[in-house]
Amino acid sequence: MSSRRTRSRQSSSTRITDEQINDLVSKLQAVLPEARIRRSDRVSAAKVLQETCNYIRSLHREVDGLSERLSELLEESSSDQAAIIRSLLM
Amino acid sequence: MENPNPKSLMAAFHFQRALSLVHRTASKSSRAVRGRRIQCAAYASMAYSAGPRRAWSRALLRRLRRAARRRQPRAGWRRRAAAGAGAASRVATGAAGLRRLVPGGGGMDYCSLLEETADYIKCLSVQVKLMQSIADSASLCGQL
Repeated sequence: MSSRRTRSRQSSSTRITDEQINDLVSKLQAVLPEARIRRSDRVSAAKVLQETCNYIRSLHREVDGLSERLSELLEESSSDQAAIIRSLLM
Repeated sequence: MENPNPKSLMAAFHFQRALSLVHRTASKSSRAVRGRRIQCAAYASMAYSAGPRRAWSRALLRRLRRAARRRQPRAGWRRRAAAGAGAASRVATGAAGLRRLVPGGGGMDYCSLLEETADYIKCLSVQVKLMQSIADSASLCGQL
């Protein structure tokens, strides 16, 4: 449906085909984890977009939780901090 | 880190630098303040290492700099930016939802939105894995 709306707004010089949009949607589907959408299935674009929104929100929540966790860990003594930084370089 | 590619290494480098800065300047602050600074550091280093090619990274850096200039290190800079016209509590889906969730999404055409979203998700998941491994290593070190 949105592809039809997009098409009606195109000038002749910037025609975006349904195929291009389907291609982009399947690329998006490929980035989603297996648990969200079974990549072998051909799902509707609407479903892919919906799962993408859910996935982004869960990633944001993970960043929040990990930030809190790291904040706790940084509270500890400075000798541990050297260890934390060092552990990154391994 | 297993199989690091150049992009993840840059993200790790920038985030580690930001973490050191937070530790140097905020170890006496409250845990909540430090947590929010770490959260901003995560998004900033992620956007910075993604580079200026991407609309989402440019938009994210603009948003973070605006928030920093107003000296509002409050939680909610992400929620407020995504809220739009008083719809913060409504769960949006589809293309409209993506426009709210992906930085800079509001001004993009549909195709760019799809492309930017895929790249944003890739960088976000790298950032999450990075923070996960730091937190796990740090927990291990703490147990020694």
